[in-house]
Amino acid sequence: MKELFVAAENEIADGGRKVVATGGVEIGVFRSDGNYYAWRNECPHQGGPVCQGVMTRKVEERLDGERKSSGIHYAADGHRNIVCPWHGYEFDMKTGRHVGHAATRLRGYQVKVRDGAVYVVLPA
Amino acid sequence: MTEDPKILPLINDRTDSRDILARASSQAAKHGLDDYFIVDVDSHIGDGAAWPEILKLLENDVLRDDSIFYSAAARGAFLNDTPGLQWQSVGGRVPHGAGLKEPVDDKSAPREVTLSRRAIDALGLDCQVFFPNALLFLGMHPVREIEVELSTAYNRWIVERVLPHEPRMKAMVYLPFNTPEAAERTVKRFLGKPGVVGFVVTSTRYQPVHANEYMRLYAMLEEAGVPLAFHAHHNWQNEYTKQLNRFISMHAISFVLSNLVHLTNWVINGLPERFPKLKVIWIESGLAWVPFIMQRLDHEFLMRTSEAPLLKRLPSQYMREMFFTMQPMEATNLKLLEGTFEAINAETQLLYASDWPHWDFDVPARLFDLPFLNERSRRNILGYNAARVFNLDVPAKYRKPEQVAAE
Repeated sequence: MKELFVAAENEIADGGRKVVATGGVEIGVFRSDGNYYAWRNECPHQGGPVCQGVMTRKVEERLDGERKSSGIHYAADGHRNIVCPWHGYEFDMKTGRHVGHAATRLRGYQVKVRDGAVYVVLPA
Repeated sequence: MTEDPKILPLINDRTDSRDILARASSQAAKHGLDDYFIVDVDSHIGDGAAWPEILKLLENDVLRDDSIFYSAAARGAFLNDTPGLQWQSVGGRVPHGAGLKEPVDDKSAPREVTLSRRAIDALGLDCQVFFPNALLFLGMHPVREIEVELSTAYNRWIVERVLPHEPRMKAMVYLPFNTPEAAERTVKRFLGKPGVVGFVVTSTRYQPVHANEYMRLYAMLEEAGVPLAFHAHHNWQNEYTKQLNRFISMHAISFVLSNLVHLTNWVINGLPERFPKLKVIWIESGLAWVPFIMQRLDHEFLMRTSEAPLLKRLPSQYMREMFFTMQPMEATNLKLLEGTFEAINAETQLLYASDWPHWDFDVPARLFDLPFLNERSRRNILGYNAARVFNLDVPAKYRKPEQVAAE
């Protein structure tokens, strides 16, 4: 196990992120609702810089009681996804799973907050 | 003691393409692509910004003057695409999908040359075949004389203003296919110009490729030993695709539809028998459609042979002698993809293409993610097949194709 310093705790605002190259890996650390999520900056599709893309709200299609479409809209929960800028693969920021195909997922890291600093833990 | 890590920038629509493609450069280093001869058969380094310069090369004096006024009124004077329907960036999720907007300081060469050099270096390429991005819809222009005029200006721009700056850039010259005589004149005018490696028909058009008016054109290309390519594009304007309400649906079908129609006419009318030495390339429809139409045509040919009397073999056997670019390579089912590679004889017929900077581009590293692919096939697809099609010299620093074949 190896701990890599990523940022001071107050450096990443809630809803923000920091993407770093450190210890031979590229990692994006995202902060949402006070929690941190760390993902390898490598899209499972073609290896693109998935953590460096836009964060976007989830899109859903709403149906009425007769199952008629009311069109596509942003989900009301405000939850945001990470989008790979190479080809648009879109992942849930918290689970790292592709929003349309859960088996396609990002590789994650454990995050530790200690003494006002954010670290990611690399497996040995 | 903590050391500040290197911060990687967020990628937006003005990010330098070397930063967008930084991970492709890492892949190139990881796979040792320096040791591979790599030809990117399809790229579209944004030529939209150069459009006013291209219009200055219009040879009709009235059109040239008119273009000044029309350019002042709107971008893309005389072009017939529909700017409001270009949704390639997936709502901004794929920033470069809306075109590269990065700064370029080098004024010694056209901006497109700098952008191409950046892509060539970042992707680990040896050369890149440049396609007329701005003209992909031009085959649908309501005025066929305009197709001739615009394509001539564009071809001159590429050949006279772009290619001389960078020997790693190559071009397939646009054929104004709606006017067969003009297409012949285009071949005569541009064949043999430095950097010109072939001629392209943009597939989005309603012209039967087997029409007798085209036979002289095909004979010229066969005689010259240069390839004829059919480059697909989307088309939201025909009666079938008008039913599709999402860009994904229209894009998925229409890129394939145009090449399906042209290839079917090409095969069933016996053009491979009439022009057996003409090299034909089908570009940017992915690969999954090919085994479909192979099976479909073989199946029906055996029942309706009298309608395709020029054929001496199954349609699929002629298709195995055609060339296909791999992008955008559908790889969600590797068993099917492996079958496709076998069906099309990928080892000798498949050509790597990036389609950079379009939203569904493919990096060379994709060919290292296919467990069924051997090293010889990989090297062929990345570059040696293209060298054969385009008559390119393989630099001495690379192993020769025959050496790889013997390994």
